Amino acid sequence: MDISRELRERFGPAIVAEQETRDGIPTLWVAQDRFRQVLAYLKSGTDRPYAMLYDLTAIDERARTQRKGQPAADFTVVYHLLSFTRNHDVRVKVALAGAYPVTASITDLWPAANWYEREVWDMFGITFEGHPHLARILMPSTWEGHPLRKEHPARGTEMGPFRLPVEKQEREEEALLFHPEEWGLERHGEDTDFVFLNLGPQHPGTHGLLRIVLQLDGEVILDAVPDIGYHHRGAEKMAERQTWHTFIPYTDRIDYLGGVLNNLPYVLAVETLAGIEVPDRVKVIRVMMAELFRIASHLVWYGTFAQDVGQLTPVFLMFTDRERLFDIVEAITGGRMHPSWFRIGGVAQDLPRGWDGLVRDFLDYLPPRLKEYDKLVMGNPIFKARTQGIGAYTLEEAVEWGVTGPGLRACGLEWDFRKKRPYSGYEGFEFEVPTAQRGDCYDRAVVRVEEMRQSLRIIEQCLDNMPAGQYKADHPLTTPPRKERTMHDIETLIAHFLGVSWGPVIPAGEAFFGIEASKGNTGYYLISDGGIHAYRARIRAPSFPHIQMVPEISRGLMVPDLIAILGSVDFVLADVDR
Amino acid sequence: MDWVADFWIPLIKAVVVVLVLLLGGAYMTWGERKICARFQVRYGPNRAGPFGILQPLADAVKAIFKEEIVPNHVDKIIYVMAPGISFAAVLITFAVIPFGPEVDLFGQRVGLWVGDIEVGLLFLLAIAALGSYGIVLGGWSSNNKYSLLGALRAAAQMISYELILGISLLAVVLLAGSLNLREIVDFQGTWPLLVLQPLGFLIFLIAILAESNRSPFDLPETENELVSGFMTEYGGIKFALYFIAEYTAMVVNSAIVVTIFLGGWKWPALISDLHPLAGVGLFLAKVLFVLFLYVWIRASIPRVRFDKFMRFSWKFMLPLAFVNLLATAAVVAFL
Repeated sequence: MDISRELRERFGPAIVAEQETRDGIPTLWVAQDRFRQVLAYLKSGTDRPYAMLYDLTAIDERARTQRKGQPAADFTVVYHLLSFTRNHDVRVKVALAGAYPVTASITDLWPAANWYEREVWDMFGITFEGHPHLARILMPSTWEGHPLRKEHPARGTEMGPFRLPVEKQEREEEALLFHPEEWGLERHGEDTDFVFLNLGPQHPGTHGLLRIVLQLDGEVILDAVPDIGYHHRGAEKMAERQTWHTFIPYTDRIDYLGGVLNNLPYVLAVETLAGIEVPDRVKVIRVMMAELFRIASHLVWYGTFAQDVGQLTPVFLMFTDRERLFDIVEAITGGRMHPSWFRIGGVAQDLPRGWDGLVRDFLDYLPPRLKEYDKLVMGNPIFKARTQGIGAYTLEEAVEWGVTGPGLRACGLEWDFRKKRPYSGYEGFEFEVPTAQRGDCYDRAVVRVEEMRQSLRIIEQCLDNMPAGQYKADHPLTTPPRKERTMHDIETLIAHFLGVSWGPVIPAGEAFFGIEASKGNTGYYLISDGGIHAYRARIRAPSFPHIQMVPEISRGLMVPDLIAILGSVDFVLADVDR
Repeated sequence: MDWVADFWIPLIKAVVVVLVLLLGGAYMTWGERKICARFQVRYGPNRAGPFGILQPLADAVKAIFKEEIVPNHVDKIIYVMAPGISFAAVLITFAVIPFGPEVDLFGQRVGLWVGDIEVGLLFLLAIAALGSYGIVLGGWSSNNKYSLLGALRAAAQMISYELILGISLLAVVLLAGSLNLREIVDFQGTWPLLVLQPLGFLIFLIAILAESNRSPFDLPETENELVSGFMTEYGGIKFALYFIAEYTAMVVNSAIVVTIFLGGWKWPALISDLHPLAGVGLFLAKVLFVLFLYVWIRASIPRVRFDKFMRFSWKFMLPLAFVNLLATAAVVAFL
């Protein structure tokens, strides 16, 4: 039965309204006093349940003009659930009134809600009652205001000059001290004193600005408290002032190893809002570039993971391979790590002459290298001893904590958006979805290594079957618009002029688009108020839940295991903090 | 007192050996960077002089001219002393290693060793163990949690591996019938002990890797986990001292392996009519080979986890070393 009908029948008036969205995900407004029952029912009451809390975010509705059919609200909390058995999503919205509203926490339903609710509190000032420790997560604890509220300034020039007098500096430094009591951690055991080790934010094993405070008994980790936000740049806030088009370069820098893999969900979401259908050539070019970047990202992971367990050589070999790959990316896009090359309704340019030769060379080059790495890394007995059985979680735990991507497939679930919800023409490609069974560090590695091979297969198919045609859709909202006819009629000229100077005006509506990125599922939930920029852009980043889970799987292990776990999770701090 | 034989010759030998060792340690850093680079599709240092040959000098100059920082929260005296202890211990170790036969130089009979003492092997073990004090004290006095963890690891590692080192050497002593290193080399006139003690050699090699804190047993340092382990708080020349101590220790330890298991300066088979100084060249070549092994291992394999490594040492290596000792003893007693 259709989930919205099922909920209406069961909860009756608690389902306040059903909202029409461009992405077709059933979006139900639920009364504030009943939403916990609805979510609990969705999680475990209904048959084929919505087991994963895929995303949790909020919208500041106070400045929104086009809300036809939606209940009155100052703020909306959005719960996005995913069902693996149905291959279906549902979105539950709760309307809140007041400037600093209070609502109930769902951390008892999903432990993964913990960080998400902290983020919403941090960004919007919405209090969640029943949350175990509602502290700021992305902003510094001394920050004043909640950045994603509409009244919070978005530019430095709106904020008054920055000053750092000594007292303020001391206050800031004081605020960074870790107080175990706040996190419910004991300082002393029965017959031991625990060591609190501050790992990071500057640490060679954390791959960026991640701070983890470890509660240690000797070298055994009793508990860990990750502290994120050091890489927070307010990408979601920036989306509210950049035009739809000029936000594309910001997406590249979310998962900075994924390049165009970040552009893809964004432009797909905008295209869903705008109703743009892109030509086949665009689809195949996008798939090819996305898979090239998947390999690039996995190569970096491969090398650094080996480095994390103390192997010095692989990282150099894999970065060398990545350089070869970047040569292709450079020839096609002109950029390397952050090409910002996808456009609303197409890609920036057509493929250059000779691209096929470069890609062909790479397809011949990489497989023997991968075979060598199997012997060098995956087959190494010390590597196995360091990673097998370390940092394992079960499929249930993975679903509970919102794990997606290779980390989920390493638990035996064959779940890949490219197969389950094909986008951008993936249905036309032949490839397999690698899985593994034990869900430990080694199995996550096995999955990724095999994914590189499958990506090569996809790229080869792109190469053999590249369709002819346009590299941009023939649609007025395509940005920048096609120029051929601009000098022939005034309408096209005006559309082109506005499209280039303002950027496109995307019709009001909401759309989410999630893709299988290299680290997991990356999704963009865009809300247009009929303007030239997003009213709200939510970035569902895979690394955020993955890092939240790290303490769960590292308890009882040792410091070196934590480093191995961090390596095997394959996160990017920019992706965690956005 | 014969001033020439008892004072000047030993003094000159000591000075020459120390200088050569220092240079060797310094150039070991260059060698490792070069060799590692070749493993890793890189060039390695190639800016300072041809093939980057002046790189160690440039590094030394840089380290010396760096600002001397002693953090506020450290135990100052021990903090400054610790790198010196490590460094001194390494230099002293080499004193008992013979690097050539007795030769006629400038009309004098000169033994190519600094000290020829009857309990050379014991001396070796004792001084080598002393070197770990430098690491433990440095880590402890730094008053930093990473340093402390590194120091604790170093202490645990030292206790486990000294034991295995000692037992694997006992088998050698049984065969050679002497603790004097010169006599152990003489014993290997026909065949190097590697042939008689293959198992002992392997055990010794692993133990000496652990002893010199080298990959895959560089656990007191472990960049990925402990930032820099025991030397996290060190900078400038003090850091350089630790660094050069580590690399000189590699050279010295290689010399020990060569002396005890690879026949020292002797040719492996029965070629004896070569110039005695050729033996020194051979000794050097063997040392370089063992040093290459060090780098080769470092470039190839990952690091083991600390507790697994301890388990490996106590539950596997130690019994194995005992078995080797008993087997050797049985052979010596009954054959």
